[in-house]
Amino acid sequence: MEHIRLPKVENVKLLDRISHRRRRVGTLYLTATHTIFVESEAGVRNETWVLHSLVCSVDKLAATPSGCPLLIHCKNFQVLHFIISKEQECHDIHLSLQRLSQPESYDELYCFSYKPNVDEKERRQEWDFLDLKADYSRMGLPSSLWKLSPVNQHYKVSDTYPADLFVPESATPPVIVGSSKFRSRGRFPALSYYCKDNHAAICRSSQPLSGFSARCLEDEQMLEAILRSNPCSDFMYVVDTRPKLNAIANRAAGKGYENEDNYSNIKFQFVGIENIHVMRNSQQKMLEVCELRSPSMSDFLEGLESSGWLKHIKAVLDAGIFIAKAVAEEGVSVLIHCSDGWDRTSQVCSVACVLLDPYYRTLRGFMVLIEKDWVSFGHKFSHRCKHVVGDPKEVSPIIDQLLECVWQLMEQFPCAFEFNERFLITIHNHFYSCQFGNFIGNNQRERIELRVHERTHSLWSYLWANRTDYTNPLYRPNHSQTQGLLRASTSPYSFKFWKGLYNRFDHGMHPRQSVEDYLRAIQEETQQLEEQLSSHTQAIGVTEIAENLMLAIIKQCFGACYVAAE
Amino acid sequence: MEFAEHIKTANVEDVVLRQPLQPPSRGTLCITGHHLLFSDREESDSRQVLLLLRNIDAIEKRMSGSSGTITMKCKDLRVLQLDIPGMEQCLNIAHSIETLSCLDCVSAMYPFFYRPVDLSLPEQWGLSSPEMHYSQMKELYEKWRLSTVNRDYSVCPSYPPAVIVPKSIDDDTLKKAAKFRQGGRFPVLCYYHKKNGMVIMRSSQPLLGANRKRCKEDELLLQAVIEGSDKGYIIDTRSMQQAQQARMTGGGFESKSFYDRWKRFHRQMERGKALQESLIKLVEACGDESNNMDRWLSKLENSKWLSHVQNALSTAGLLVECVERDGHSVLVHGSEGTDCSLLISTLAQLIMDPCCRTMEGFLGLLEREWIQARHPFQQRCAHSAYSHARLQQESPVFLLLLDCVWQLWRQFPLALGFSEALLLRLATEVYASDYGTFLCNSDQERCALEVKERTHCLFRALLRPTERDYYSNPLYERTELAIWPSVHPQSLQLWKGYFLRWTQQVRHLEEAQEEIRNMVIEWGKLARS
Repeated sequence: MEHIRLPKVENVKLLDRISHRRRRVGTLYLTATHTIFVESEAGVRNETWVLHSLVCSVDKLAATPSGCPLLIHCKNFQVLHFIISKEQECHDIHLSLQRLSQPESYDELYCFSYKPNVDEKERRQEWDFLDLKADYSRMGLPSSLWKLSPVNQHYKVSDTYPADLFVPESATPPVIVGSSKFRSRGRFPALSYYCKDNHAAICRSSQPLSGFSARCLEDEQMLEAILRSNPCSDFMYVVDTRPKLNAIANRAAGKGYENEDNYSNIKFQFVGIENIHVMRNSQQKMLEVCELRSPSMSDFLEGLESSGWLKHIKAVLDAGIFIAKAVAEEGVSVLIHCSDGWDRTSQVCSVACVLLDPYYRTLRGFMVLIEKDWVSFGHKFSHRCKHVVGDPKEVSPIIDQLLECVWQLMEQFPCAFEFNERFLITIHNHFYSCQFGNFIGNNQRERIELRVHERTHSLWSYLWANRTDYTNPLYRPNHSQTQGLLRASTSPYSFKFWKGLYNRFDHGMHPRQSVEDYLRAIQEETQQLEEQLSSHTQAIGVTEIAENLMLAIIKQCFGACYVAAE
Repeated sequence: MEFAEHIKTANVEDVVLRQPLQPPSRGTLCITGHHLLFSDREESDSRQVLLLLRNIDAIEKRMSGSSGTITMKCKDLRVLQLDIPGMEQCLNIAHSIETLSCLDCVSAMYPFFYRPVDLSLPEQWGLSSPEMHYSQMKELYEKWRLSTVNRDYSVCPSYPPAVIVPKSIDDDTLKKAAKFRQGGRFPVLCYYHKKNGMVIMRSSQPLLGANRKRCKEDELLLQAVIEGSDKGYIIDTRSMQQAQQARMTGGGFESKSFYDRWKRFHRQMERGKALQESLIKLVEACGDESNNMDRWLSKLENSKWLSHVQNALSTAGLLVECVERDGHSVLVHGSEGTDCSLLISTLAQLIMDPCCRTMEGFLGLLEREWIQARHPFQQRCAHSAYSHARLQQESPVFLLLLDCVWQLWRQFPLALGFSEALLLRLATEVYASDYGTFLCNSDQERCALEVKERTHCLFRALLRPTERDYYSNPLYERTELAIWPSVHPQSLQLWKGYFLRWTQQVRHLEEAQEEIRNMVIEWGKLARS
C-alpha cells in the first residue's frame, strides 16, 4: 500500500482505442492489486479492472488542453488511454503504477495474496489435479526401454531441470552425469514424448559444449543409448532449432552443435527458428501495427510483413511438423535442442506433440503438455513474462508463439481440438497475471523454494472447473480430420493474423455474432432432450416392447407434432 | 452454328486426368459442342467429370514424344491436366477446347441447349419483375409511381421497361432527364427504407461536359426525390479529381449551384481493368509455391484485392449511415452506373434490410440490382484470372460483391439466410453456367435473344426445395437490426473458400460446416419430438 500515492482520481476520461470520439468519464481507483475505472455516466455502473501484474508499461504523454494523457499497455494486449485533468494527479498515478506493476521480489506477486473462497484442503487438492507421472504411464512408461532416473534428485545434475526424468534404460548415472557436463546448464538429453506404437521418442536437451573440436564420450554414449531405445530404427535425428549461423557463432564460445562424425548414426538438421531477441522485437513491431488508429489494408499488410511475426510462427510450426513426421511416419527418434533448451526446444516439442497425439488436443491433455514441456522442463516464465523487475533482454513472447501455433492449427482443423480459442486466451492471460502459482519462478527448484504449492492456487483446476466455457462444440474425437497425425499445411496462406488475442480488447473488430455460443446452447439443449428421452426409456424398462410402448406414449403426448416430424 | 467443324477428334481412349484433391485416373475423353466429358475406366465406382468448355479460361499444351499434356485452368480456379496419347489427337483436342471455350455467339451457348428432365421451361422467368416489385410495396404508392416510359427501351437501352420514379415527375420530364445522363440512365428508385421512408436512387453520371451544361428536368427529378426533407446525399464512386476529369469527356457531377440541397461525397472505387488485374494478381499469389511468408504477404498486399473489399464495404457503410442513421435519401452513381453503383447499393440493402438477407430476398436483390438494372455480365465475366487473352471489358465486380457478402457472413454468421455454398455457386455460375441468368449485357439483349423463353433461370432453380436446403444457413436467425460490418483490416480476411477452394485445407473447413448443419438438424429433430 505504501506505493499508492493517490488512491482515487475523479473526472477521468477513458478513450476508445479505435474511435477517440467515444469516451467514457468516471473515477479511477488504485488498490494494492488493481487499477479500477468506474464509469459514472448514465446510471449504469460499468467497471474496468486491470491487474497491476498485467501492466507492461505506463507512459505519461505530453499534456493537452483537455488534460494529461496516461497510456497503459498490458501484457494481455489491453491498451488503456486515460485523460486525467490535473497534471499532478496524472504524475502521481503514473509513479504509483510504475512501482505497482514492477514487483521487486516474488513475495509481492499477486498469487501470494490471492485468496478465493476455498478452504486449505481443497487448495491442496488443486495441485493434485495434474500428475505428470500419469502422462508418462499413459505413454507406456516406464518400460523395458525407458526408466525413471533419480539422477537429478535435489537438482544436483541440472538445477533448471525437474527432479524426475525419463532416460534410456541403458543410460547409467555416470553416462548421464558425463553427458550433462558436456551440455549448457547441465541440461542432458531426456525424454519428452514416447510413441508406444513404434517406440520412436522425442528427447530434448541444451546445446553440446563442442566448440570447434571438443568431444565427450559419455554424451556420445547417451545419444547411442537413445538410438538403441528405439529397436525399430537404425538412426536418429538431431534437430538444432537455431539458424545455422547462430549455432556456428556459439562454437566460438565453446558451445555449438553435434559433429555427425563423432556420433554414430545421427542425422543432423538445422531448422532455423530465430532467438528470443528477434522474437521480442518482431512481436513489438506487430503490436505497433495492431495499434494503428485507422490503417489502410496496405498499411496493415505491409506492417504485418515487415514485423516478420507470421514468418516466425511458420518456422516453429514447420519444425514441429518435421519432428512429428519423423516420429509418426519414419518411426525415428529425435533429439531436439537450441542453446539452453528451454525456449525453442519447448516450442518445437510441444507443437510436435500436439500434431502427433490427439490426447494433447484435449482440455486436460493440453494442460499436461504445458506442465510437461514448459513448467517442468524449466521454461523461464518469470524472466520471459517479466513477473518481477529484471533484465528487459530476458523478456520474450516464446510461450505466446506456442499458443499461436496451436490456434493456427485449430483454425485449420475446426473439429480436432476439444478446447476453444477462449481457453488459449485465458491461459495466455494467466501466464502473465501471476494470479495462480503455476508459472511463478523459472524452474521447478525455484517453485519449491518459493513454496508455491503450499501458498498459491493452481490454474489448471480452475480451468477444469469452468471447462464448459472452454469446450469447442465442434470437437469430434472420431472425425477423420481428428485422427492420428494432424496433416497441417504451412503454406503461407494458411496463416492468419490472430486478432482474437492481439486485438482482444477491440470489440469492434470481432464478429458480432458467435457461432460457437449458438452451437453450445443447442448442444446443451440437445443433451437435455436426450436425457429426458432416455429417462423415459429407463423408467419403462429397456425391452423392445417397452420401447414401442414409449414411442406410443411420446406419440400420444406430442400428438400431431411428432407425426409432423416423422 | 455448327460445332462439328471445331471437333476433329471427338473421343480419345487412355487419357489420364489429374485434378486437385484426387488421385489421377485413366479413362476416355470426349469433346462435345459444349462439354468436356471424362469417364473413368474402372467399372466399379466409375467417376465422370463433366466440364463446361465455357468454364475453361486458359489452356497450355506441352508435347513430349508421341503424347501431349493439356493443362486447363478454369474460371472456377480449378486446374486440371490431361495426358493424351498421340500428338495429333492432343493437338485436335487442344484446338477444340481453345475454340469452343470462347465462342462469342450467345445464342449458341449451352443455356439454350440445357434441358434437364426434371425441369420444364418456366412460365415466368426470374423471381419477380419491376411491376410485381412495385405492386408489393404499398408504402410506395403515395409518392412513387411505376413509369413505363422505357417500354421499348428507347429512353434507356440498359434499363428494364418499367422503373420506379417520383409520382410528381411525368414521362416527358424523364425523357429529357435521361438525355442528360450517360447511356440514358436517369435516377430511379432502387431501395425504399421502410423505417423512415428514405430511398436509395441510382443513375449514371450527369453529362455536364466542359461547358457545364445543366438540365432543368434532371434537377426537378432529384428535387422531387427529397421533397419534404431538408437535403439529400450523392455518393459519387469516383474521386473528386476523376469526376472533374470526366467533364472533359462530356460527363461530370452534380454541381452545388444547381443541386443546392444535395451534398456530395466522393469515394474512389476501383473498377474496370484495375479490378481485373487485382484479381489476376491475387490468384497468382494463391498459386505461388515458394512457401515464403514475406513473399505471400507482399503479393497479397500488392494485389490490392482486400483493399477493394475494404473500400466497397466502407462505402456501402457510408451509404447506410446516410439513410439509416442520418435519415436522408441518397443518389449513387459513378460514371456508367452499371458497376460500383450496383455493388454498393446491393451491399447497403443487405446491411439495412432484413428482407434482403433471406435466400429469396438475396436472390431477388441480385435480380433487381444486377440483372434488371443491368450489369453487363457478358462483357465483365468473359474471362477470369487465368486467361492470356487481351483484357477488354472484363472486370470482377460481381465477384467482389460476393466476397463482400462473404465478409458480412463471417462477421454476422447468424444474420444471413444463405450459406457460403450459395456464394460459391454464384461465383461459378456467373462465369460458366447451364442457366440463362447471367447471359447478355442487358434486358434488351435478353429479349432479342429470347433468353427468358429459351433458357432456365438459375435463381428459380436455386429455390427448389432440395437446393434451398443445401444452400440455406442452418444458423439463420432473422434480426431486424442493421448489420454494420467492421472494415478494420484485422476484421477482413481472404476468402479462402473461393480463392483456395481446391486445397485440402478448405475441405476441413467444409467438414466443419457439415458438422454444424448436422448439429442443428439433430437438435431440431429432438426439439420437435
